[in-house]
Amino acid sequence: MNTMRFTWAKSLALIMLVGMGGWVLVVSMNGQDASPIGERPPTELSASQVAQRGAYLVQVGNCAACHTARGGLPFAGGKSIDTPFGAVVASNITPDKLTGIGAWTAADFWQAMHHGRSKDGRLLYPAFPYTEYTRITRDDTNAMFAYLLSVQPVQQANRPHALRFPYNTQAALAVWRALFFSPEPFAPLMTESDEWNRGAYLVKGLGHCQACHAPRNMFGATQSKLGLSGGLIPMQNWYAPALSSPAEAGLQDWPTEEIMQLLKTGKTAKGSTLGPMAEVVFSSTQHLNDRDLRAMAHYLKELPRQESAKEDRKPATPESQQLGQSLYEDQCASCHGDKGEGRGDYPALAGNRTVIMHSSVNLVRITLSGGFAPTTEGNPRPYGMPPFGHTLSDTEVAAIATYVRNAWGNKAGAVMPLDVQKTR
Amino acid sequence: MSSAASSFVSRHLAWWLLALVLCQTTAWAAEPPNTMGQRMQACAACHGQEGRATNSGYLPRIAGKPAGYLYNQLINFRDGRRQNATMAYLLDHMSDQYLKEIANHFASLDLPYPPAQTTKAPSVTLARGEQLVRHGDATRGVPACASCHGAAMTGVAPAMPGLLGLPHDYLLGQLGAWRAGMRRAASPDCMGEITRRLSPQDVVAVATWLSSQPVKLGLPAVSLPAKPTMECGSGIQ
Repeated sequence: MNTMRFTWAKSLALIMLVGMGGWVLVVSMNGQDASPIGERPPTELSASQVAQRGAYLVQVGNCAACHTARGGLPFAGGKSIDTPFGAVVASNITPDKLTGIGAWTAADFWQAMHHGRSKDGRLLYPAFPYTEYTRITRDDTNAMFAYLLSVQPVQQANRPHALRFPYNTQAALAVWRALFFSPEPFAPLMTESDEWNRGAYLVKGLGHCQACHAPRNMFGATQSKLGLSGGLIPMQNWYAPALSSPAEAGLQDWPTEEIMQLLKTGKTAKGSTLGPMAEVVFSSTQHLNDRDLRAMAHYLKELPRQESAKEDRKPATPESQQLGQSLYEDQCASCHGDKGEGRGDYPALAGNRTVIMHSSVNLVRITLSGGFAPTTEGNPRPYGMPPFGHTLSDTEVAAIATYVRNAWGNKAGAVMPLDVQKTR
Repeated sequence: MSSAASSFVSRHLAWWLLALVLCQTTAWAAEPPNTMGQRMQACAACHGQEGRATNSGYLPRIAGKPAGYLYNQLINFRDGRRQNATMAYLLDHMSDQYLKEIANHFASLDLPYPPAQTTKAPSVTLARGEQLVRHGDATRGVPACASCHGAAMTGVAPAMPGLLGLPHDYLLGQLGAWRAGMRRAASPDCMGEITRRLSPQDVVAVATWLSSQPVKLGLPAVSLPAKPTMECGSGIQ
């Protein structure tokens, strides 16, 4: 009996010791720091030049996408970002002293952007993509901060997040950060050109392309080792296709000018951007200056090629093909052509990567929801695709998708009615 | 020109003309028409061809409504004062300039209206509805609909919508949404205020009478005869 009690006590002590050791490790990993926090000497630029530069960076980084609520005042926060762990509510980043960041210093802002910690030391949720913003230089975060201090202050208290236990605890966040985050300044590669490095800086930092275009693990962390190899955007039911694979959205075989055109206007002869990427073009990339646009295009073009995962192809049944063909002829052919060859602004579906890539999520989504390319200077009056979600059943949408994936030389797996239902 | 050549041309003229026409048709087939109607095919899926939805379902006709009204609604959907996920999704990445052009396009359409819908409703309901629409209810501070939406109820330029030719379900849905604060206009939001003064029975009566009226000429009036009694924020934004 005594021996048993002794063993229990020993096990308990061991567990506590391991736990404490683990916690010390988590805390120390959260404290790790790539560069010291502190005020930086001012640059040679004038204050207004810095703020102007900051305005550009804030636009390109698309801060407003999360920090401005629908119909809300600019940067006053309040927008819920749904995640698989609950909703994270974006904060007020206007210069209001009480509810915004008006009482912050540039060093506090750097701590948030680079370290993912708020002014009071609180760990921030990585829905705020500091996992990417950590690569932004101190000069750039200073400029962004200077701009944000110049916008209209709005007194609007931050709403609390609506996250489930244990995700709503700082302890869980500390463990997450120990596993998946370390502050990391952008390290230019000396073997590459300035243009490539500028592109890499924009894509991996401010542009936070990885937030959508990289796969996430079960803890919601982007897997940076896998690069921009495509990911399903959590909660949105859109697939951000792989930029590393020419079979998906890889741009390795595109002329640089055409990549620039896509980011600048949202449209090329090959197709246009819809859904989340339409938002990115509308709010961010159309505002890139030519130098940054070219650098980004260059970097994306030079991304190492990776083959997309090969999946078993589900064959289409003859009945579904027949239904798909007759629906296509009725509903789609007048714009996309009898042979999927496209007409004017309506893209060809034959050979279209969105149609034939292994993930059919976007094809189904576009059929259900339709949509417009973003209005941009280069495409101010876009043509729209009608939503068919109201008029076609899951079986019908699946049949159309399967048909266009297997007609005119296209070869891709069948889409099942259940796939459509999951996307609705 | 020699007579042989001239007879060759005249003999083959029909063929030349046919070839010319065919070339044109092929060109049309390759390029979609460069018109707003073609650009707005996405709207036709719900609002009917040319924005002319019938009044049998829920979705409203948009053709022929005042441009300012349509523009305000597009902005309201984008900014969350009206809540409809499909509308917000379609409009989210559009410049104000394009939204204005879209509004002008649908406003410019003058198309026949479908027959009236709720003509067989109980006469008590219709009478109460007509009373409210034409004269309001002074005891509750409800102004006549006609005092803002025009004596013919076909709206007033630039931004006051007509209320006829709309589905009964849509009218009920909108009045209910105003009352519950789910549909809003720029402040002062007089429709929110007015609908909260109406009883549920009055809401049904108004919607029923409006959808029982045939529309001969749907064009909005140019101006109101008298200044409205309430201040409204739903002018041009």
